[in-house]
Amino acid sequence: MADQTFQTPAFRELRDNPKIQDDAMAHSQPFIAKPEHNEPLGFPGELVDDWEEKAVAKLGDLLEKNKALRVYLDSCVKCGACTDKCHYFLGTGDPKNMPVARQDLLRSVYRRHFTTAGKLFPKLVGAKEMNKEMLDDWYKYFHQCSQCRRCSVFCPYGIDTAEISMAARDIMDHIGVGTKYSNEILAKVHVIGNNLGLPGPALIDTMEGLEEDVEDETGIPVKYPVDQEGADVLLITPSADFFAEPHVDGLIGYGKVFHQAGINWTVSSYASEAANFAMFIGSYEQMHKVSNRIRKAALDLGVKRIVFGECGHAWRVAYSFLNTLAGPWDFLDPKYPVPQHILEVTHELIQNGGIKLDASANDDKVLTFHDSCNVARATSMGNMEGGQFIIPREVIKASVNKFVDMDPQTTCEKTFCCGGGGGLLTDDLMELRVKGALPRMEALKDVIDNHGVTHMAAICAICKSQFTKVMPYYGFSMDMIVSVHQLVSEAIQMGAKEDI
Amino acid sequence: MSVLTIAYAVLFYAATAILIIGLVVKIRSYIVTPSPLKIPIMPAPMTRTGVVFRMMREVTFFESLFKSNRWIWILAVLFHAGLLLALARHMRYFIEPAWGWVVFIQPFGIYGGMAMVAGLLGLWARRFLVERVRYISSPSDHLMLALLVLIGATGLGMKFVARTDIVQVKIFFLGLLRFDLQPLPADGPLLIHLGAVATLMIVFPFSKLLHVPGVFFSPSRTQVDDAREKRHLAPWAAHMDADREA
Repeated sequence: MADQTFQTPAFRELRDNPKIQDDAMAHSQPFIAKPEHNEPLGFPGELVDDWEEKAVAKLGDLLEKNKALRVYLDSCVKCGACTDKCHYFLGTGDPKNMPVARQDLLRSVYRRHFTTAGKLFPKLVGAKEMNKEMLDDWYKYFHQCSQCRRCSVFCPYGIDTAEISMAARDIMDHIGVGTKYSNEILAKVHVIGNNLGLPGPALIDTMEGLEEDVEDETGIPVKYPVDQEGADVLLITPSADFFAEPHVDGLIGYGKVFHQAGINWTVSSYASEAANFAMFIGSYEQMHKVSNRIRKAALDLGVKRIVFGECGHAWRVAYSFLNTLAGPWDFLDPKYPVPQHILEVTHELIQNGGIKLDASANDDKVLTFHDSCNVARATSMGNMEGGQFIIPREVIKASVNKFVDMDPQTTCEKTFCCGGGGGLLTDDLMELRVKGALPRMEALKDVIDNHGVTHMAAICAICKSQFTKVMPYYGFSMDMIVSVHQLVSEAIQMGAKEDI
Repeated sequence: MSVLTIAYAVLFYAATAILIIGLVVKIRSYIVTPSPLKIPIMPAPMTRTGVVFRMMREVTFFESLFKSNRWIWILAVLFHAGLLLALARHMRYFIEPAWGWVVFIQPFGIYGGMAMVAGLLGLWARRFLVERVRYISSPSDHLMLALLVLIGATGLGMKFVARTDIVQVKIFFLGLLRFDLQPLPADGPLLIHLGAVATLMIVFPFSKLLHVPGVFFSPSRTQVDDAREKRHLAPWAAHMDADREA
């Protein structure tokens, strides 16, 4: 990387904790949103007058609305269990990237304004005013949290820094300090329906192109339908699936699975985005608005089921929040959970013989699997505890003969974030993204060196984009990262059922 | 009646009132504040019973802490289990005649006191020795440990070094329970011990000791994994359903 202004961190031989380096990442912050990004979301265009009081008032509002925030701000005992669990701390050594220190940026203001101890003895209990210095720290360090929830797994009280950073971002948006990346994208979703700003005609064009490619390759007329009324399944997938490698190979795979299973499906040009960036900015109202595009699309198209494509944060909003935000789903077929993950659909079809896979088609690969943070720690699959770990692995193993798991300290609920989640997948945070990928890159290097792993599969658009970008910094090829349904796509036996 | 006895009687009535009222106010706020969304840390139990077991494992074995850091876990178990035994031993000062199991537990209460102080000193040492923990420690974290060590040390001191008139102490506390003031022995270690305990009771609802009720209200651990099956809706958010297009 010739234009690199920072050092890619070295692999740690013994996985020891980094030395603390004060302000190591104090220069890192995302581009600030302009009025034209904020105003369409109903946020003030720029920093408002009396923002200090307004920030504190908004915190008070959130404390009334969110039990988690209230309990988490009171309960931390500073035991230190979380201090070495965050990938951004491990990659940067900046002490404010220790989850407890990050939380304390908000907790100190909470203590000053909402607790007796903080009002009477601020110095003693670390209570601080909301001032410019504090706001700067908030903007920097609450945008060095990818809301991956790893710290929460290890906290004796389950304190989830994601909840704290979402609250802080929500407060900042309400005083006119948002990020360009998330707010610009959200404004696009409200108008066009997806994060890319891909309008309906372009979407139809893209999907027709896929149909031609797949027919050229397989000789089978697999359909990639858009806005098809009366389809059984509405597929909601991240818009990255419509254009970029390796995402699009996954989309091709979904189409092949539906085709072989005889499932009539469609995407919607109105709700052409699975990812809900409103979660990143902690805005319930925005999340509600984006989610209800899916409800409207499902009603307008008259579908019976909703299936989500491979997307980590999207699956969190889908699995855990969609019933709250856009339910009830009483107009859909009650035989199926709402929504389903594409992997649940594929897994079931593999089990009941609805599709056949020939794993030898992927014999040129040795696979490992990166558990996406939000899938691992905020969702499940298959109506079984831990299904989110089992089902992707079963589908991979049905598609590939050679599979190796990475260090168990870095998989399943202990998985590390890719380094680009939670609204940080933007080029203005490249240094943070590269450094935050360190723990995953180390675990990957182990299985490459010791087990000859050639590819790493992921089920999240952010993971796939992030790894494609940062793996070269660590000396790995960007082609190593694949979609799970890309493997399915290679292995699936196409054609008339009696022939296979 | 001596001024000292009256002062300590008032102190303990006040400390008890502050502890109870403070905790009731806090716990009430945890109960009435809604959760807008389902946020269990996965994999999470799919039934209420499963959640009860998850919570039992957390509060009895410190399961997550065990996964996280073996040193903190050992020290935390020493402290908390020791404190529990010491508290159980102390029940005999409030009950007459003492229950059988309280009598049985008396010697273990002593070991508990020792374990408690050892655990506290270990946890305190971490605040100086481990760079990361040093960074996150504020003065109140040190003071809290100092207060607890003071309670433990004076307690053990009265057992092994300078004994107090424990029979008279019991008469004092039984008197407090019946609103019938009885004299308190004017022994230095005892007065320090009791003063520190009352201080702890007073700061409890205003400090990080709120982790004691807090752990039972943490949505990431108390929620059931059933978001797709049951619609969860916070009262403050319900009106938004009416505004949507479809």
